[in-house]
Amino acid sequence: MTSRFLVRKLLRLLLTLWAAVTLVFVVLRLSGDPIVALVPADLPDAILEQYRERLGLTGSILEQYGAYLSGVLRGDFGYSFRTAGPAWDVVASRVPATLLLGGAAMALAILVGIPAGIAAAHWHNRAGDRVIMTGAVFGYAMPNFFFGILLILLFTLNLQWLPSGGMGGFSHLIMPTLTLGLASAGAFARFTRSSLLEVLGAGYMRTARAKGLSLRRQMLVHALRGALVPLTTLLGFTIGALIAGAVVTETVFAWPGVGRLLVVSVSERDLAVVQLIVILAAATMAFANLAVDLAYGWLDPRIGQERRSQRAGP
Amino acid sequence: MSRRRPLGTTVALIVLVLVVGVALFGDFLTAYPYDQSNLLARNEPPVFLGGSWQHPLGTDRLGRDMVARLVVAIRISIGIAAVGTLISMMIGTSLGLLAARRGKAADDAVMGLVDLQAALPFIIIALAILAFFGRSLAIFIMLIGLYGWEVYARQVRGAALAARNQPYIEAARAVGVTTGAIYRRHILPNISNVIIVQATLNFPQAILLETGLSFLGLGIQPPLTSLGQLLGEGRDSLASSWWVAVIPGTVIFLTTLAVSLLGDALRDRLDPTLRR
Repeated sequence: MTSRFLVRKLLRLLLTLWAAVTLVFVVLRLSGDPIVALVPADLPDAILEQYRERLGLTGSILEQYGAYLSGVLRGDFGYSFRTAGPAWDVVASRVPATLLLGGAAMALAILVGIPAGIAAAHWHNRAGDRVIMTGAVFGYAMPNFFFGILLILLFTLNLQWLPSGGMGGFSHLIMPTLTLGLASAGAFARFTRSSLLEVLGAGYMRTARAKGLSLRRQMLVHALRGALVPLTTLLGFTIGALIAGAVVTETVFAWPGVGRLLVVSVSERDLAVVQLIVILAAATMAFANLAVDLAYGWLDPRIGQERRSQRAGP
Repeated sequence: MSRRRPLGTTVALIVLVLVVGVALFGDFLTAYPYDQSNLLARNEPPVFLGGSWQHPLGTDRLGRDMVARLVVAIRISIGIAAVGTLISMMIGTSLGLLAARRGKAADDAVMGLVDLQAALPFIIIALAILAFFGRSLAIFIMLIGLYGWEVYARQVRGAALAARNQPYIEAARAVGVTTGAIYRRHILPNISNVIIVQATLNFPQAILLETGLSFLGLGIQPPLTSLGQLLGEGRDSLASSWWVAVIPGTVIFLTTLAVSLLGDALRDRLDPTLRR
């Protein structure tokens, strides 16, 4: 991995972030005079001017853009309407909850999805494979907002085992984690299975069998290693889509994270907060992509420095 | 999948025909308007839970007939997803052909847009647009229509570039067919498989996007209803009438599952490169 490769990737990251920040600015301006959307109607003109001043809406569009960019660089993302505090503080206070839920769901997806995929590949085209793959298709096709509701019906209303929402002890974490992790687990199982099936026929796998290695060693050390690159892609994509994935689940379970904040802010048009979350989502995705690119070079030295990686979703 | 599990494909086909049939002709199934509330018949259970045949699927907490609501909801959800899939197919195909045909500048511009679109999860873009532009049916349909255009664009561009080097294109060019006609009459029909396969992937995703946003209260607004909006309403009355949520949820799940299974079968048939 050359430093040139690293510089290119970092430049690309900066370019993506700049594009996201600019996109937000352009879209907000396209939607008409932002002041109309931002403040209550029928304010006196004098107060309106004060708002313009405070929101950086004076001067030409280029001046506004410059002021906006320099604000973003200084970490100034404007003020939330609901709390009147800086948007940054509002969003930052929600980040830990999303990280906790996202991390738990990711752990579930990996711990269930990868072993399931290995088992399915091992039993290729036999009953076990069919059962696991049917489960994966269900997990993939089941909309998470409906799955969450079914869980609430069963575990909260019927069995009264688990709380229906909010954040608290471990019991609060179970259903949101299941909901958020289900689709990813299905995706991990499918990816693991198909990439294992690809490598199982490879020459080095025949060697491993000929050497008389145990099945477990064959699968975990030799086969899975060959499957690591596509799995890393999927992992990066899942991490990159952390905020997007959390939107529905957090809303269903009243989980106080960034996703739910986004939904509330959209419905109340708290634009400064929406703007910051969009930028945050773009940054998450860009950094996850960078991490995946770096991991590629480390996992598989054959992946050249100049090759444009394909980052299509799963 | 079609050869290994024809039963699954058949069941999926039946489910899809039923859903589309209800969407088109479902008005015969009930005598009630979907938005007529009846305070004397609130939270009535469906027939299979001991309810009456008056309301075979029960009523919601305002006493509205669930059959009538479901018919309208299916019509709206399937309709919007179909229109959205068509729009993104047209946008993506046009831009993909443009990128393949009009030289480096156009290619770079289109692929730059594709990269930009891929830099953010679509639901985030959708939520931002709903926040900035406000909620209206037109904006909402446009949003669903934007969803997935970049995948069509990328695939169509790739397929068109590959098709361009085929001998029959050279033959057409040699006999003097204009570039426009070559793309319209020779390349487009030859890459239509790619487009159709992509549409079968895009359609269930469009249903999920519509129902998801409506479920969050940011899509279809009452008094109009959709499967997601119905599910969102049912969520508030889970304790008293759970069927209001579970019935539309099941319809969403079965529909997307059926379309996905049919798409798999269709892909096996249309795309020879996927055959193993």
